[in-house]
Amino acid sequence: MKRCLTAGALAAGLLLAAAPSFAQSKAKAQNVPEIPFESVPNFLKFPPNIYLGEGIGVATNSKGHVFVYTRSGDTRLFEFDQNGAFVREIGQGLYGFAFAHAVRVDPQDNIWTVDEGTNMVIKFNPAGRVTMVIGRRPEAVEELTNFSGQGSAPNSNKPYSFNRPTDVAWDKDGNIFVSDGYGDNRVVKYDKNGRFIKSAGKQGTGPGELRLPHTLAADAQGNIYIGDRSNARVQVWDNDLNPKAIYDTVGNPWAVCVSPGPHQYLFVSNSVPDNGDSRAAAQTGEIYKMELDGTIVGKFGRAGKALKEFSTVHEIDCRNPNELFVSEITDWRVQKIILKPSPAKSSAGAAK
Amino acid sequence: MKRLLQLAIAVCACAAPLVAQSNAPDIPYDANADLLKLPDNIHLGEAAGVATNSKGHIFVYTRSGAAHATVGSSRTFYKAGSRLLEFDQAGKFLREIGQGVYGFNFAQG
Repeated sequence: MKRCLTAGALAAGLLLAAAPSFAQSKAKAQNVPEIPFESVPNFLKFPPNIYLGEGIGVATNSKGHVFVYTRSGDTRLFEFDQNGAFVREIGQGLYGFAFAHAVRVDPQDNIWTVDEGTNMVIKFNPAGRVTMVIGRRPEAVEELTNFSGQGSAPNSNKPYSFNRPTDVAWDKDGNIFVSDGYGDNRVVKYDKNGRFIKSAGKQGTGPGELRLPHTLAADAQGNIYIGDRSNARVQVWDNDLNPKAIYDTVGNPWAVCVSPGPHQYLFVSNSVPDNGDSRAAAQTGEIYKMELDGTIVGKFGRAGKALKEFSTVHEIDCRNPNELFVSEITDWRVQKIILKPSPAKSSAGAAK
Repeated sequence: MKRLLQLAIAVCACAAPLVAQSNAPDIPYDANADLLKLPDNIHLGEAAGVATNSKGHIFVYTRSGAAHATVGSSRTFYKAGSRLLEFDQAGKFLREIGQGVYGFNFAQG
C-alpha cells in the first residue's frame, strides 16, 4: 500500500504543472483486455410528455427499480420499475432541486440526491418523502447577488455547508460521506443521523489532496474510493479519511461505483465531454472494471453516441456487477449494459 | 445595585445566551416528524413558520420553490415560491392558502 502512495505522489509531481489536457485524458493503462458487452436499447419507457435531459444520475434499489436524476427544464427525479416502465416522479418542484449531480440508493432503499445547484444532499425514504437534508440552498436574495453562479466562497469548509457537492456514499454503519466538490475539494463524513464527524482534503496534487472530487463510493470495509477527476486518479481513503492508495492509470474518473456482494469490484469511467476538447473526448469514454486493490480486470466501451458507445458517462450503477446502468451527459440517455465476462480467468490485465 | 446586576445579566445573556443558561433543566418531550401528511406532489421546503388555530388546525409557511426573476425596465423582480399549507389537528392536508399570491415571496414566519 505504501508503494502505491509513493507511485501516486511521483505521478502527482509530474502532473503538477499541467491542467487536465489532451495528453492526460488518455488512460495510461496498456493492453487492457476488452470485456464483451451489450447495450439494451430503449430500456426506459417514458410517458409521452416527459423527456430526459442530460443523464446525470442513475441508481437502482433492491427491487431493481431504476432512479434517474436529470437536468431538464427543471432538475427532476424519475422512478422506473425493473422492466423500465415509468412509475412516478419524486420531489417534483422540490426546493432542493436546481442542478442535478448524483442519485444513489442506500442499503435500506432510501434514495439520496446530490444537487450542485442548491448545495444540498437530500434523503428520501422509499415512499419518496424527504427524511433528511444536509447543506442549505442559498437564499433567493443571495442567489441574485451571486448571479454569476459562483455561490458561496470556495474553501469555506463548513461542517454543514457545501460548495457544489458531487456525490454521496455510506459505510456499513450508515455513516454518510459527501464529496464536496467543485469548490472545496474535500470529503465530509457524517454519522447516520447527519451529525458532522470530520472532513478532509484540500486542493492539491499530493496524496490526500484533491482537484475536483467528482464521485465517490464505499466498500464493505468502509474504505472510500474518490474519483479525483482533474488529478486523473482514483484515491482510496480509509474510513477516517486517511489516504491509503492511488490508482492513476485509468484516466479521468468522472464516475466510480463499487459493487456489493462477497467479491466487490470497482468500476471507473474515463469520461471527457466532446463539447470541450473533442480530441480528448475521442480517446476516452471507456469504463474499467477493477479489483478493489487496483488490479485492472478489463475495460469496455469507447466514446461515441451510438449504442454501446459512451458519451460522457456521469454516473454508474453496479448493484449487479454484470448488469450496469450508465447515465450520459452529452447523449441525453441512460443505457443498461450487460457484461459478458469470460468465465476462465479473472485477474488478467496490468496491475497499476 | 440589584438593577445593575440585572442589567449585567441581560447583557451577558445577549452576548452568549447558551453559556448563560447552561443550568436550565431539561424538559422531557417526544417528537413526531411524520404528523403532517402531504399529498404526493407537495413537498415542504425550509419550514419557516408554523402556527395553530383554535381548532388545532396547523398552518405551515414554507420556502418551497425556486427563485424566478423577472427583468423589468429599471429593476429585476423576483419571486421565491413560498407556500402556505393548512392541515387539520390530525395532520391531514386540507388545502393550500394563497397559492401564487403576490405577497408570498420568501417566508419568514
